[in-house]
Amino acid sequence: MKILVAIKRVVDYNVKVRPTSDGKSVDIANTKKSINPFCEIAVEEAIRLKEAELATEVVVVSVGPDAVQEQLRTAMALGADRAIQVKTEADLEPLAIGKALKAVIEREDPGLVMLGKQSIDGDNNQTGQILAALTNMPQGTFASHVAIADKRVVVTREVDGGLQTLSLSLPAIITTDLRLNEPRYASLPNIMKAKRKPLFVIDLNEFGIDSEPRVVTTAVESPAQRQPGIKVANAAELVDKLKNEAKVIT
Amino acid sequence: MSILVIAEHDNLTLKDSTLNTITAASQLSDDVDIVVIGYQCDKVAAAAAKVAGIANVLVFDQEAYQYQLAENLSSLLKDIALEYRYILAPATTFGKNLLPRTAALFDCQPISDVIEIVDANTFKRPIYAGNAIATVISEQSKLCLTIRCAAFEAAGLQSTAAPIQHYATDISSTLSHFVSADIATSDRPDLLSANVIIAGGRGMQSADSFTLLNNLADKLGAAVGASRAAVDAGYVPNDMQIGQTGKIVAPDLYIAVGISGAIQHLAGMQDSKVIVAINKDEDAPIFQVADYGLVDDLFTAIQELGELL
Ligand SMILES: Cc1cc2nc3c(=O)[nH]c(=O)nc-3n(C[C@H](O)[C@H](O)[C@H](O)COP(=O)(O)OP(=O)(O)OC[C@H]3O[C@@H](n4cnc5c(N)ncnc54)[C@H](O)[C@@H]3O)c2cc1C
Ligand SMILES: Nc1ncnc2c1ncn2[C@@H]1O[C@H](COP(=O)(O)O)[C@@H](O)[C@H]1O
Repeated sequence: MKILVAIKRVVDYNVKVRPTSDGKSVDIANTKKSINPFCEIAVEEAIRLKEAELATEVVVVSVGPDAVQEQLRTAMALGADRAIQVKTEADLEPLAIGKALKAVIEREDPGLVMLGKQSIDGDNNQTGQILAALTNMPQGTFASHVAIADKRVVVTREVDGGLQTLSLSLPAIITTDLRLNEPRYASLPNIMKAKRKPLFVIDLNEFGIDSEPRVVTTAVESPAQRQPGIKVANAAELVDKLKNEAKVIT
Repeated sequence: MSILVIAEHDNLTLKDSTLNTITAASQLSDDVDIVVIGYQCDKVAAAAAKVAGIANVLVFDQEAYQYQLAENLSSLLKDIALEYRYILAPATTFGKNLLPRTAALFDCQPISDVIEIVDANTFKRPIYAGNAIATVISEQSKLCLTIRCAAFEAAGLQSTAAPIQHYATDISSTLSHFVSADIATSDRPDLLSANVIIAGGRGMQSADSFTLLNNLADKLGAAVGASRAAVDAGYVPNDMQIGQTGKIVAPDLYIAVGISGAIQHLAGMQDSKVIVAINKDEDAPIFQVADYGLVDDLFTAIQELGELL
């Protein structure tokens, strides 16, 4: 079985971004970029399934400009076998990403497709669910455990109330949550090896999909800043302040 | 310009998240319907009919909808949605799982985590873990929105219950089966609707010490939450995680105990009215958002607070 993993290049999670001075977008020039952490978890899970001989090949795909090749190479250094860049300079929305990934699925015919549950820049949490709708595949979102057996995949999902376990027919779409696994680090020999692994580039235009933006961002602002508070000396003063100043407890 | 709100429920009770979503819907139009999809969910439909602002309750009560799997519900909603300009769901794991799948079936790009409705086509939503707020405009013929519950009040009750209409459409996809659920039950308030939340972080050091927080929470009528580090370490279950990728809360009082204040955690609680931080490190970033900071060993502080309350 082949596993396709969709990865996104994002501003590293340690970077605190700010709106640009014209208030139209976010200033991400010269910031460190990484694989979206949830996608890294998806790559790790796919590699583990291959190591457990439940999968035969791990293919990573990213939709974006040539810069995404850096993250595709990293994923191959972690253990993915080959990579696909769907090349575009445009900043696509989840619906268009879903359409592009659907086109890749039609060419690659994977048995399982893994995505992160959320990109930490756009915070959409949409692409996996959209892709599942477009391909009419079952979806196991926010996965914290994945087990493949008898041509099905059993997915435990982190939901607001606790955990829910579903059994999905294959091929299926899985989106990963934080506790699915802890991704490994790439070793130097594997980073060298990854340079020789195949990376196939296809232009988005070849898919002939409608990728026109449907939602336009007109302004980006900083959130309301909290006023700095005070330090209290001890628990007694804290209780007094909460009762008599903030009036939030009685 | 009619609106359809998708009810979040467990076949017995209507979840509070639905009430916040209805408030957002009422800001867009007076013409708000709600759809209840489930199995043996009469009580939910009756509760929905009483919520202020609801004009009609649509009920789809079939065994196939017992676990509200996204595959079945999205196919059903695709047809119901024809009648509506807006489809709204809460930005909870329920709504996030379902709404994008539904929207894609009618070629709509959904808008996640709306915190403000500016006008009929303009919305605000946080991006980059709340480090920035984006204003977005969409002229799509249909708009699918998930609503951040912490940003909207809960809708109240109306004096006359809305009419309830039952429909018999039965869509059972074989793609996905329910296996099991492990849903936490607690006598404490729900994190998403609690007025007071006490949250523990890695500083708590063990699962056992969370019982200290529970005791304190019971005295305050508070819910108990946690940072990702506390969940990852196995001190508490995942449903307690607050943050960018966990629950987003905005109680009147948030007490962070042994939490450093990483941006991903702040994203889930920085809209709380009053924030208290208890941490032994006076340089911990959590103090930059705290109204009241107590630099102390948390175990000492918890014990003293327990005696004072
Ligand atoms: C993609 C991604 C998503 C994430 N999503 C979330 C999320 O949703 N929610 C979230 O919380 N995090 C999230 N994180 C993790 C986040 O970056 C931090 O790692 C996490 O919030 C740290 O948790 P903490 O503050 O409990 O632990 P730490 O940062 O280790 O802080 C522990 C604190 O406890 C204090 N302390 C220790 N002992 C004592 C004592 N005896 N008395 C008093 N104080 C003490 C220390 O001084 C320290 O400040 C995410 C990270 C990534 C990469
Ligand atoms: N440009 C992209 N290329 C490849 N995969 C993507 C891209 N954007 C989003 N994804 C996938 O979709 C997931 C969820 O993203 P989002 O819906 O934007 O929160 C990510 O974790 C990726 O797995």
